Amino acid sequence: MKNTLAISAVIFTIGFVTIPAVWSDDDHRWGGMEEYKHRSTGVAAVTDTVYSEECGSCHMAYSPALLPASSWKKMMSGLENHFGDNAELDAETERSITDLLLANSADRSDYRRARKFNRSIQYNDAPLRISETPYFLHEHDEIPNRMVTENPEVKSFSHCNACHTRAEQGSFNEHDIRIPGYGRWDD
Amino acid sequence: MKTPYMIFVVLVSTYVNSVLAENTSIDTLLQTYASQGVTEVDAEQGKYLWQKTFQSNGEYAERRCASCHTEDLTAPGKHIKTNKLIEPMATSVNPQRLTDQKKIEKWFKRNCKWTMGRECTVQEKADFLLYLNK
Repeated sequence: MKNTLAISAVIFTIGFVTIPAVWSDDDHRWGGMEEYKHRSTGVAAVTDTVYSEECGSCHMAYSPALLPASSWKKMMSGLENHFGDNAELDAETERSITDLLLANSADRSDYRRARKFNRSIQYNDAPLRISETPYFLHEHDEIPNRMVTENPEVKSFSHCNACHTRAEQGSFNEHDIRIPGYGRWDD
Repeated sequence: MKTPYMIFVVLVSTYVNSVLAENTSIDTLLQTYASQGVTEVDAEQGKYLWQKTFQSNGEYAERRCASCHTEDLTAPGKHIKTNKLIEPMATSVNPQRLTDQKKIEKWFKRNCKWTMGRECTVQEKADFLLYLNK
């Protein structure tokens, strides 16, 4: 009788602990039950001034944690045609930025959201657009075109900070979303 | 009575010095271009080239400096693709502009290639600098 009680208690406790973890925030889909140093909904914010200056003049300085190292390597080897724009750097700056990107890429990051980006990308795949990674597509699949691509104030999914008001601080929390012309977004 | 006057003189001379110091980058670059064969610099020619339309096979068929910077140098511009704000080009309203030689050459290289499909000549760069420095 004592044993049955103890076993029930153990089963109850396991259930109590695991069920919310499995249900929360898509961890099951991207296979993430590991413990990370940063369980926040963010990624590491950009703090490097050279990176902000060189990669943040024409667009938001995307956190290196949003793509894996393989993607950044490919990106940095084709700066003369960077999505149709010329973004060439001198050799020294190019090297230091590549080092920074590789050291902080999604596969090296211990932020939970960064790991989700990384896990969603197939081995040997090196996507150049964050907005084409499976995790990104999944997270945005309910958003109608009129709010983004057809919205003149947003134009493209690549303009994170048009709706994610704290994207530049590395936060993609749902509570910080304000879609221009539409307001808050509740999933 | 003398002290406030002295402070005023010091402040004014500091301001004048800082304004002059900001323009040394342009002067140095113009001297460099002169040593590379530029004998005459023409702001009007810079303006003409700034407003000229170039054809491209890329995403935007018609490209001009004004595509992103607008025709009004004293107004802020907007990146044609990303919408990102670009601070005004004219040094009169944006004293930080054209103060860093390395930065000037970097953007000449990138933007001449995007707009014209080739790098700018030293003559063109000299003309642009004079046109923008107003």
